[in-house]
This record gives sequence, C-alpha cells and structure tokens, in this order.
Amino acid sequence: MADPRTRRTFLKAGGCALVAYAAAPRFLLRTAHAAQANGKVLVAVFQRGAVDGLSMVMPYGEAGYVGRRPSIGLQPPKRGEADRAIDLDGFFALHPALAPLVPLWENRALAVIHACGSPDTTRSHFDAQDYMETGTPGVKSTPDGWLARTVKTRPANQTPFRAVAMGPALPRTLQGDVGAISMQSIERFDVRAGSDGSARQGFESLYEQGVRDLLHGTGRETFEAVKMLRSANASRIPPANGADYPRGQLGEALRQIAQLIKASVGLEVAFADMQGWDTHVGQGAERGQLALRFREFGGALAAFAQDLGSRMADVVVITMSEFGRTVAENGNRGTDHGHATAMLVLGGGVRGGRVYGRWPGLARHQLFEGRDLAVTTDFRTLFTEVATRHLGAPAAPLFPGFRATQPSLGLFA
Amino acid sequence: MRAKGALALLALAAQAGCSEAGRGGATAARPGMTDAAPSSAARAADRQIAHTLNRLTYGARPGDPERVRAVGLSAWIERQLRPQTIDDSATEHLLAELTTLRMPIAELLREYPRPDPKLREMIAGGTMTRAEMQERYPADKRPARIAADLQAAKVVRAVTSERQLEEVMVDFWFNHFNVFANKGDVRWYVSAYEREAIRPHALGTFPDLVRATARHPAMLYYLDNWVSARHDFVIPAGPNRGRKTGLNENYARELMELHTLGVDGGYTQRDVTEVARAFTGWTIDRPRVEGRFSFRPLMHDRGEKVVVGHRIPAGGGQDDGERVIEILTQHPSTARFVATKLVRRFVSDTPPPALVEAVAATYTGTGGDIPAMLRVIFASREFHGADAGLAKIKKPFEFVASAVRALGGRIDAQGGLALARASAEIGEPLYLAQPPTGYSDRAEVWVNAGALLARMNFGLALATGRYPHVTVDLAPLVAGSDPRSPADVLDRLLANIVGDQAGPSTRAVLAAQLADPQITRLSMDDRGPANTDVAKLAALVIGSPEFQRR
Repeated sequence: MADPRTRRTFLKAGGCALVAYAAAPRFLLRTAHAAQANGKVLVAVFQRGAVDGLSMVMPYGEAGYVGRRPSIGLQPPKRGEADRAIDLDGFFALHPALAPLVPLWENRALAVIHACGSPDTTRSHFDAQDYMETGTPGVKSTPDGWLARTVKTRPANQTPFRAVAMGPALPRTLQGDVGAISMQSIERFDVRAGSDGSARQGFESLYEQGVRDLLHGTGRETFEAVKMLRSANASRIPPANGADYPRGQLGEALRQIAQLIKASVGLEVAFADMQGWDTHVGQGAERGQLALRFREFGGALAAFAQDLGSRMADVVVITMSEFGRTVAENGNRGTDHGHATAMLVLGGGVRGGRVYGRWPGLARHQLFEGRDLAVTTDFRTLFTEVATRHLGAPAAPLFPGFRATQPSLGLFA
Repeated sequence: MRAKGALALLALAAQAGCSEAGRGGATAARPGMTDAAPSSAARAADRQIAHTLNRLTYGARPGDPERVRAVGLSAWIERQLRPQTIDDSATEHLLAELTTLRMPIAELLREYPRPDPKLREMIAGGTMTRAEMQERYPADKRPARIAADLQAAKVVRAVTSERQLEEVMVDFWFNHFNVFANKGDVRWYVSAYEREAIRPHALGTFPDLVRATARHPAMLYYLDNWVSARHDFVIPAGPNRGRKTGLNENYARELMELHTLGVDGGYTQRDVTEVARAFTGWTIDRPRVEGRFSFRPLMHDRGEKVVVGHRIPAGGGQDDGERVIEILTQHPSTARFVATKLVRRFVSDTPPPALVEAVAATYTGTGGDIPAMLRVIFASREFHGADAGLAKIKKPFEFVASAVRALGGRIDAQGGLALARASAEIGEPLYLAQPPTGYSDRAEVWVNAGALLARMNFGLALATGRYPHVTVDLAPLVAGSDPRSPADVLDRLLANIVGDQAGPSTRAVLAAQLADPQITRLSMDDRGPANTDVAKLAALVIGSPEFQRR
C-alpha cells in the first residue's frame, strides 16, 4: 500500500496547482484505474556497453569455456581459495569481485538469468540499447520505452515521482507520456535563488501556461516534483543498516533511489545506469579493468539491499545490458561484441538462489553465428515476468508484437 | 510598490540609453526606435536574420542582427562558410594563455606526464605527505590540464569567435567522429585531434574528415584499432614479446555504423571483419613518447578483402585502409547518412526527406563538399519554413554559450572553464561523451526535469552576475527603450534575447513580474540593486521555454 502521507504531503506542497486541470502535469492525467498503487517499486539498472555475461556469471562446468580465453578466462572456483570465482550451483560461479552479492544469493534474494538477450542480431551498442529500452527488438520507430508503458498501465498515483531516472538525461526506456523525472542529484533538484522565492515562482509561471509541448509539460512536472521533494526532505535521509555505497555513478544513483523510496514520495519505477562495460582491450580476469567495474556494480547493489532492509520486500532490482561479448578472447586480451549475456534479479518475492534459463552450451556448433553465446531467454520474457508478477502490470501493452514462445521462468513464488 | 520597481527599471533603461547615445547612437536604426512601423517585408527579413543567427551561430549577441543586416544575409553566410576570411584575433588573444592547445602530442606527453604510481604508494605508505606530492606534482602539470584547456577553449571560441559557423561545425564533426577524452592515452591526444583532424576539415570535404580521423592517434586509440592485428600476429619485441594478438573489430564497426554508412547502410558482420582486416597495421608509434600514426606491415593482414561488395586485392598494405575509406565515402548510404545528420542539426529533429535527398545528391555530386551541402540547406524552403522557427531544442552547450552571448557576456580562459562546468551540469560535459555515438541532437534527450532546473539555475547565476569569471552587460539589452514605459523596457529586453519569438504567455508572466513585491523592494537611488531587477527579468528570459529553443 502506498504511504498515505504521500498524497497529503503533495496536496499541501502542490497547493493550487492541482486545481488547474488545463495545466495539470501528465502524471495526473491517467485516471483509468481507481485503485491505489500497491507500494511496489521496480529498479532497472542498465550496464551500458555490453557486459561480458560469461565473466559476470561464469559457466565453469562448461567444457566449451576452457581454452577460449587464455589470458582473461576465470579460474574455476575452489573451496577455501580467495580471489577465485564463487560457486553458485556446481555449474555457474560468480565473478570474485561480485562477492558482496553472495549473502543475497544465499538468502535466496538474488536470481541469475543466463543466456538472456534480444532476438535481434545487431551488434551495434546504440541499436541494441534502443531495442532493449523500447522493448521492441528490430523496430526503431517505437515512440516510448517499455518502462514508461509499464508505468502507464498502473493505477493513478498523484505524485510526480512515479518514474525517476538518476542521470543527466531521460533514458529512452522512460520516454513516453508518463512524465518521468530525471535528475543527477536530489540535493540540487531545486531553483537555487537563495531566500528569494520570486524567481522560482517566475520560472514556474513561465512553464505553467502556454502550449502543450514536451518543454512545457516537463517544466510543469519539474515544479511539482521540486515542491514535493522539498517537503519530503529526501536528501537528508542517511543510509541505514550500515550500508556503505561504493563511490561512483551506480552507487550514487542507488543511494538516492533508496532515499526516494524511504521518503515515500510514491516511486514506482526507477532507472540507473552504469558505463564502462565495453571491454575490447585488456579486460582482465579475476583482477583488472572488468573486475573493478564488477566491484562497484556488486557493491552498489548489495549496499542498496542492505540500506532498504525489510523494505526490500516491496522492491525488485533487475539488471540488463544490450548484449554480451564474444566467447573467445580477441587479439587484445579483450572481447568483442557478442549476443546473449546474464541478467540479475534481486529483491522481494524473487525465488533466488537459482540460475534461470536454458543453458545453450559453448561448443562451436552451439554458438550463435559460430562465435557468441546464443540467446535462450528473450529479454522480454524476463521483463514481462518482472513487470506483471512484481508490479502487477497487465502483460499485453508492455511489449507490442511480442508473443511469448517459452513458458515463464517461474522467478516469483 | 509597482511604480517604484518600474522606476528602478526605467532608471537603468534611461541611463543605458544615454550611454548608448553617447557612443554614437548605434541603436537609432532599430525598428523600435523609428516612428513609422516597419514594413512587413522588413519584418520578414529581420525574422530570417534572427533565425539564421539562431541556427548558424551560438546565438545572437546584442547588435548581431544589425551587423548581419548591414552586410546582407547571403553575403554574411558566404563569409561564415569561408572562416579564414574573417579576422578572429580577439579570440586568438583570449586563447593565448591556454598553452597546451598548440602543443604537439610528443611535447604534451613530455610536459604533462602521468603520475608515477610510486607516488600513490608513498602517500598510502606514509613516506610522503599530500602537500609534498602537490609540490612535486602540481595540478597544472598533470595530464588533466590538457582536456581542461580544450574545454575552456571550446567555450571561449563559441562565445567570442567571429567564425561562428566554423565553431558550430567543429562541434558537429567532433561529435560525429567522437572520441572520449578520458579513455587512456586519448588524454594526451584529444587536443591534437580537434586541431589536426577536425578543425581543418570542418568546412572542407567529408572524405578528408574520415581520412584524417582514421589515422589520428586519438581515434586509433579510442576505438582500439592501434592494437588490431592479423589473426596470427605474434608480438616480435618489447615487454609483450611472443604474445599472440589478433583482430579487433571496434573501429571497423563504428566506421561503418557511425561515421559513414549508418547502421542501416547495408553492411554485414562479414563486412565488419573485412574492414577490420583492412585496417590492421594502422597503429600508433610509441604511444607514450611520440604518439604518431604509423603503419606496421608486420601487423597487417595481407590477404584479399571484400568490403560491401568491392574486392580489395591481396597485398595492398596501408592502401587497404585508404581504399576502404574511398569505398565507404563514395557509398550512397554515406551520402544519405551525412545529409540526414546535417539536416537534423540545422533544420529539424525529424529531417524532411526531400531536403535530405537534395543534400545527399549534393554530397554525391561534389564528393562530399561540406559548404556545398550547407548552402543547399541554408537556401532551402525547409530551413526558412514557418514551422522551422525555434523548432530545435538547444543542447546544453549551445544553451550555455547562447545565454552568455545574449547577455553580452565577456569571458577569459578561466571563464571558459567555469562555463564548461555549467554545460556538464546541464548534461553535456565537454569532450566527455563516452560512447562513440557522441551526444544526441534530439530534444527528448535534453528536455528533462533535472536539466531544466539546471538551465534555470544557470540563467539566474549568470544574469545576476554570480557566475564566476563571467561578466554580463545588461545595459545594452534595454538601451533605446522608452524610459516612460515599463512595457517598452520589457519588450526591448525580450526582443534582444529571443527576437520576436516570445509567446504571449511568457510576455504576460514577465510583465506580472514587474509588479512582484520582491522585484520592487529596492530603492531607486541604489544603482546596484536596480540592476538586479533587470537581471532577474533577464534570468527569467534565459530560463524561459523560448530561450531553450533555437
């Protein structure tokens, strides 16, 4: 259930802006459902640049892995030896830099979906990210993102904070008619005119009236959000339970998403991304470039779960990347653009402690185009399951043109 | 209350008007000052000038429209297309102190060495204090200085250069052939990249741009081609002697996807591999000492290649890469791809197909001559069409530069660096687009809540004189208005910043501000605070919906 405070605070803060229907922001205009939001939150984390799924979750039981990566391959796990991959289930192992995630795995709060990806064969970062964010592989003209469509299916919720992206730009997946907010920092999300309120009022008026376009709509939503955030005082909420976020883009983003959740501003969908996965050169193995990215990635996810504590029961985090990387090491101790990768799901209601998806194998004849891990789970199968089972969204509008050809993964109890 | 505020405002207007008159009354020719209403033809011409300035420059400075009118719009455009004919010594003077801008790569590598990893250990181990480290390794001798100088220079040029179209095109092509200044050795190469590979060809030909970027160490490093070798290559000497290396597809793929054909330009994974083979051996000579292009025959794959249907016979050596560039730059998909991007920059987020076709035909007919393509765009019906006005959202850098220009801002190199931070805050850190796509040129990416607030905050800081190392001069913005009429003062301010494009609701909101108690709280005899009134109005205009567009 949504915190009843949400709406009250908002009404108080938003003042008369709510009355002026003509100028109402987009998040107020969807009243198709009368029900209340259910308090569930979905957090999507995008690993931009194509993460090497075979290093993130290593198939050490796979004969085809051996010998394909002479300088960047991971050593199989070995009991009692630190700095080695961490066994998950006798076949798969977690990269050693992802050690902070192990307690979540053991608590069955973390699941892995391997050999997951897009049915589209592009190896272009840009196109593949676009397809994954719109949820329409092969179709570029899709106007909105799948997360935006997900928000749209949900009951009305009178808050500008239904959908938030942490970052300088609104990602494709939250573009669409839902009034998603993007911000780099909660703390700086305000008009900074000192004690002089007239400037804020002036700017607000400038966007209140006038044509209905992207700019004005965004402006109106911005000022509603500013007011609500100020009264919720979200930026003052410290990390709880001793959570220690690593420095860097993802840690900062998740720390602030946790603040929004704890401030009960009505958040339903949040998005964060992390760069630096395009490891063409000098990828490293247990240590090195990629290991450093994993350290930040795993540390940030683990800190987030710890920070939210029991509140994680209502939160699911899903990680994704546009494609995976070549099975074989390239000429520069790195990997080139591949096909399937691994994705993680953690949080409330997830039947964790398991690796989901059919493993296609790494023998040459099993590889996609003779070089890459094949896709056995369409990312839309995974995303649909998370959106419908966790958020309670109806499946139909989420992924236009998608007809599931495989049974659901059974990720949720 | 209202009267008092209006008086304060008017006092400034009157005073500005006097000083203007004292300088010879350059404003006398402005339409607002003449008794007769301007003819509709004159208004249309003015609008055309304002629109052209919006699109071909980083925004009009006070007085720019008059200057363009004086030489004639088409003559002005022609001069902008030939930047070397325009004197730019004032800007050159401002850039003088940014010494790394002119240094060759080898000198930069020598003068701005990477920190000795031992230093960090010594600090961690307690054998050296941070202060000692600072002394031995001062901030302005670190490699970060190179990108900082380049950022400062980019802002200084955008704000002050008379060669505005050239600056717009340098930004456009750098972004098209993007490199990320923080990737490894690119740190030392990035300023040379803009200086040697982009700037000389920004108004030259497209194939020259591809040739220059393909062999530049910055691109070779950024897209990893410098380490790409034939599949069975074994490093013959040096610390990695005996190590087997091989093909790296990164550059080959982006060359086709992002630089030439476009992602739907009709190439396959097979073509990617073939192009990568053709470019094997294009590498960097001693990357941390010389940082120069070099072709290494030993790394090169001597076999035959077939690239988008064209056979490249075996044994071509370095010419294989040149041949690939020839094939790709002569491909019709490249003509269309480049035309689409240019039209998107200058006309609309949804490029009109007929204009794209016309520009693509010019590309094909002229061998990718950039001024020729631009002439087609600037003369087109689509460029001047009724729906073209303010159709584009300024990207953050364009917004920052145009705001400073609109307010008659003066900056030095330090101001340039300070303003680069503003661009970053609004979402566009300069030279720091990590993916090879560069920054987007579409509205949806830049219009969002956090960025919009950052734009307003920048407008406030800038107009109220709080932005470090930048001085704005608001007096000329209200000069020449009728001191007896607050509405006239506001009109003049709006006209100077957004031309005749201010919507009625923006005008009404700003007029209401004149009656705002916080604006009118100041006394008339206090000259400084009186300025604040205009400053706040100016800040609101900079943050207004109209000023986010061009």
